[in-house]
Amino acid sequence: MSDTDALEKELLTAIDQAEDEAALEAIRIAELGKKGRISDMMKGLGKMSPEERKEAGPRLNGLRDRVQGAIGAKREVLAEKAIEARLQAERLDVTLPVRAGPAGRGRIHPISQVIDEISAIFGDLGFQIAEGPDIETDYYNFTALNFPEGHPAREMHDTFFLQPDENGERKVLRTHTSPVQVRTMEAQQPPIRIVIPGKTYRQDSDATHTPMFHQLEGLVVDTTSNIANMKWVLEEFCKAFFEVPSLNMRFRPSFFPFTEPSLEVDIQCDRSGSEVRFGEGNDWMEILGCGMVHPNVLRGVGLDPDVYQGFAWGMGIDRIAMLKYGMPDLRAFFDADVRWLEHYGFRPLDMPTLFGGLSQ
Amino acid sequence: MKFTLSWLKEHLETDATLTEICERLTMIGLEVESVDDRAVFEPFVIARVVSAGQHPDADRLKLLSVEAGPQVNEGKPLQIVCGAPNAREGLVGVLALPGTYVPGIDTTLAVGKIRGVESFGMMCSERELELSEAHEGIIDLPGDAPVGTRFADYAGLIDPVIEINLTPNRPDATGVAGIARDLAASGLGQLKTAEPARIEGEGECGVGLTVTSETCLGFALRRVSGVKNGPSPEWMQKRLKAIGLRPINALVDITNYVTFDRGRPLHVFDAAKVAGGLTVRDATEGETVLALDQREYTLPAGTCVIADDKGVESIAGIMGGEHSGCDETTTEVLIESALWEPLDIARTGRTLGIITDARYRFERGVDPAFMEPGLDLATQMVLDLCGGTPSARLVEGVKPHQAKEITLPWSEVERLTGLAVEPDEQEAILGVLGFSPRREGEALVTTVPSWRPDVEGKADLVEEVMRLKGVNEIRPAPLSSHMAVNGKILTSAQTRNRAARRALAARGMVECVSYSFVSEAEAKAFGGGASALKLANPISADLSDMRPSLLPGLIAAAGRNAARGYGDTALFEVAATYLSDKPDGQRRVAGGIRRGTAGMDGPGRFWSGNAEAVTVFDAKADVFAALDAIGFPADGLMIETPASDWYHPGRSGRIKLGPKVVLAEFGEFHPRVLKTLDVSGPLCGFEIHLDRVPEPKKKATRTKPVLTLSAFQPVRRDFAFVVDAAVEAGRIVKAAETADKALVREVRVFDVFAGAALGEGRKSVAIEVTLAPTDHTLTDDELEAVSARIVGQVEKATGATLRG
Repeated sequence: MSDTDALEKELLTAIDQAEDEAALEAIRIAELGKKGRISDMMKGLGKMSPEERKEAGPRLNGLRDRVQGAIGAKREVLAEKAIEARLQAERLDVTLPVRAGPAGRGRIHPISQVIDEISAIFGDLGFQIAEGPDIETDYYNFTALNFPEGHPAREMHDTFFLQPDENGERKVLRTHTSPVQVRTMEAQQPPIRIVIPGKTYRQDSDATHTPMFHQLEGLVVDTTSNIANMKWVLEEFCKAFFEVPSLNMRFRPSFFPFTEPSLEVDIQCDRSGSEVRFGEGNDWMEILGCGMVHPNVLRGVGLDPDVYQGFAWGMGIDRIAMLKYGMPDLRAFFDADVRWLEHYGFRPLDMPTLFGGLSQ
Repeated sequence: MKFTLSWLKEHLETDATLTEICERLTMIGLEVESVDDRAVFEPFVIARVVSAGQHPDADRLKLLSVEAGPQVNEGKPLQIVCGAPNAREGLVGVLALPGTYVPGIDTTLAVGKIRGVESFGMMCSERELELSEAHEGIIDLPGDAPVGTRFADYAGLIDPVIEINLTPNRPDATGVAGIARDLAASGLGQLKTAEPARIEGEGECGVGLTVTSETCLGFALRRVSGVKNGPSPEWMQKRLKAIGLRPINALVDITNYVTFDRGRPLHVFDAAKVAGGLTVRDATEGETVLALDQREYTLPAGTCVIADDKGVESIAGIMGGEHSGCDETTTEVLIESALWEPLDIARTGRTLGIITDARYRFERGVDPAFMEPGLDLATQMVLDLCGGTPSARLVEGVKPHQAKEITLPWSEVERLTGLAVEPDEQEAILGVLGFSPRREGEALVTTVPSWRPDVEGKADLVEEVMRLKGVNEIRPAPLSSHMAVNGKILTSAQTRNRAARRALAARGMVECVSYSFVSEAEAKAFGGGASALKLANPISADLSDMRPSLLPGLIAAAGRNAARGYGDTALFEVAATYLSDKPDGQRRVAGGIRRGTAGMDGPGRFWSGNAEAVTVFDAKADVFAALDAIGFPADGLMIETPASDWYHPGRSGRIKLGPKVVLAEFGEFHPRVLKTLDVSGPLCGFEIHLDRVPEPKKKATRTKPVLTLSAFQPVRRDFAFVVDAAVEAGRIVKAAETADKALVREVRVFDVFAGAALGEGRKSVAIEVTLAPTDHTLTDDELEAVSARIVGQVEKATGATLRG
């Protein structure tokens, strides 16, 4: 074994055992640095005879290359180790919880959501959304809607009255959204296609009645619209709203002072389980009242009932929300219990659309 | 309105089943509310007590041996323990076996052990079967009642009871005959109601009659002398009981029967108890009457009454008086058939709070043409059941019925319903209903029968034809389409409501819908309480005033949630508040509150940092986010302090548009207000008056402004100013912004502190100013110049000094 072989063996062992970058660098400087051992030996080549050089040159060059290579390789190993150590040190417990974002905590009330759903459907059918005041005159709430003075039909409404004014006239809290029909017809010429979502009030309180509730009124007035059209609109609406491909609806004659003929509408459903299923079962559930706008109502706003005709309907927004989403008690809608709102409310980014579906 | 199937069939010849009849009733507008097929009675059997002995362990109990024919217990007698005093050997009664549901005690029987002795069934009382209130003993049937057969068959109990939910426009259907007429017109059978025979009677009625009340539209009276009053016959009692009426005696039962049979209420007076003549007059203030319900009523002045010389005997059209009522001793009866002004009866009934079968009919409008026939019908029944001799009729003030005439073009049904009905069929339907249609040109000319006050015009006749032809015949037909893509349907106000709602929810707030009314104290605490906005008939004292603000409702809601253990709540509502009772007094507001630590990043303690108590800045951030979301960023708008009285005077602000219009307010709440509402903090909140936000400018195109991107890097410079502690940071920012409008892009306050080193009443406000050059990189000189301008502006505007 030559000297260089012994040296190589010694150096490769030292490199292999180097603990860190600094130790490795010390070896490099000691051997391959300007004044390093191998560098010195390389410098000695110049003083050798050609024969010696011919033998020693390749030997020393080989030694230098192998040591250099070993240092390089070891350096990569050490760098890898350093990263490993750093990663180990940076370790975190990722099972620690994160806070939910605000959009995950916020909620839209079911009534607002359902009004958005209704708007999406009726927007598609070419309806506008109309609104009107909650505090109404007796005229708009009753008289203009063909409720005769003192008639038992007025009694059915359990009206809230405000204090009489200096003339003894009492304003009322509207008992239905129908006054907006009259206000709209006074302000706008046919053709009219509107829906009116809004708050309504009746002096009543139990599990299915609250002193304030929400109604959706609809009104179509032109020169041709009839009950056949009304049936179509209401059936299309109910299918779209309840997101079912088909639905059995029952229209049966009824009475409202402001429509003639008047009808009530039931949907067939199965209420035997914990949730209401539409289009099956033996129950008929009443969901709305409707009819052809009464000739007296048309006359009252200056429309000739032999020329203009149309239909109107009213349904409980809270009620259809309960049917669709399964809330058992109407009173809870207005109690602002955050547990209820978190459970039955909707996320702020759940926007009902027809292209994306009304609900998820 | 209730009736039984057999009762209906007395007026209607039909083979239709109960189910078919009920379905048809609903589909012609007489909605069936409930059907009781009386199947509950089926299990009860007639049984005989073979022997009755003493219970070994109880004095008042008997040990019966009961046999109920070969079908029951293989013909062997059953042991039954019974406490009825009338239980005795040989009694034939009604047996309920184990497994039978007994309606009167709402229990399904089982084999029981009573004082140690087993009982294999129960002998029933009338009350246990809900046949009557009688509970003194068990049912005691005649000895020849067929033992072992169904009691229901023997007693005729299987007569289904139908209840319809009658709409207020149909007085004609308050009688079984009227319901039968509708069914016949719908093609379900033949009407067979007989016209009452006319009875002229003999002699005078013998009672003076004076009518002075305007409420009385007609009054017919007749005496029947020599009657023998007692229980009404079994068949009549059965029907009355089936519909929930208590049989009294034949004379009274006849009036109730006719009320339900023909929708014609009647009244009977015991003539012997009537002092002098009868007067139909308006009551004077404070007059009282003891009515048949055993209650004494004080009548408001103007209530129409029937009185004799001693006082009020009857409240017209509503309820008779106890004093002159008929009982078993009555031998001379006065039968009254009268007509009353419907609105007066409705008002009196409402005022007195009396609901009766008579009021129900009179306020809807009783058939005026049936007043006298109704009297004759009742007279005939009295003669049949109680004997006696009738006097002549005494009739006052009835006006002949003027039949309305309506012309119905053949095309009208199709115009309004989309359903084509042949003229022949229209004519047939209206004919059965009694409209006597005749053809004139392309139309039917009809007269409206006296029992249909609800029919006024063509549309009503269309309804008649439609409902009797069948609503199901109408095929849905699409509404004409716009033939185009539908555009935006919401107004900008509606869009803003939605945007505000979604934006606030996206900030972690939960939307509430609360009542529009609050308590007076709550209203007053938030600037409300005006008398014009008070309810005259609130549902409760804490829901009495239309709310002036959304905040009391929201704060109260936070309080309720806190009481349930949820103290950190962020709630909002987008709804109306009320400044006046006029339509424009109804304002559209977005309001919200945060309580406890319910900031936007989430409430409560957390390993990475605990949430802090909410402050005015949480509310301010909500306001700015909501305004931004509705397309009206509030940057640069004036903020004035403080906000309204209900806010903390030192921790609240209002955003104004010009000198008068308050756009929004935000802040922490005044402790006094929280005390009034009995809710503790920390609490902050805001209200944004959405309808005061100006309408967006109409734009010709949707193109956004041209975007110029500068090639030169922005430069940031920090400045720290020392100012008087009262100087608002907003003024410093504003001054810095205006120092060079072209160059200053953003001014951000990054540090505020006060400390002893600055001196008493001083504070330091540090701002970072971003300068964004557009055409060249700023030179050092330019940078110095603009910095100097910023410092100068701030010093000039606020008296600040730059910290060294």
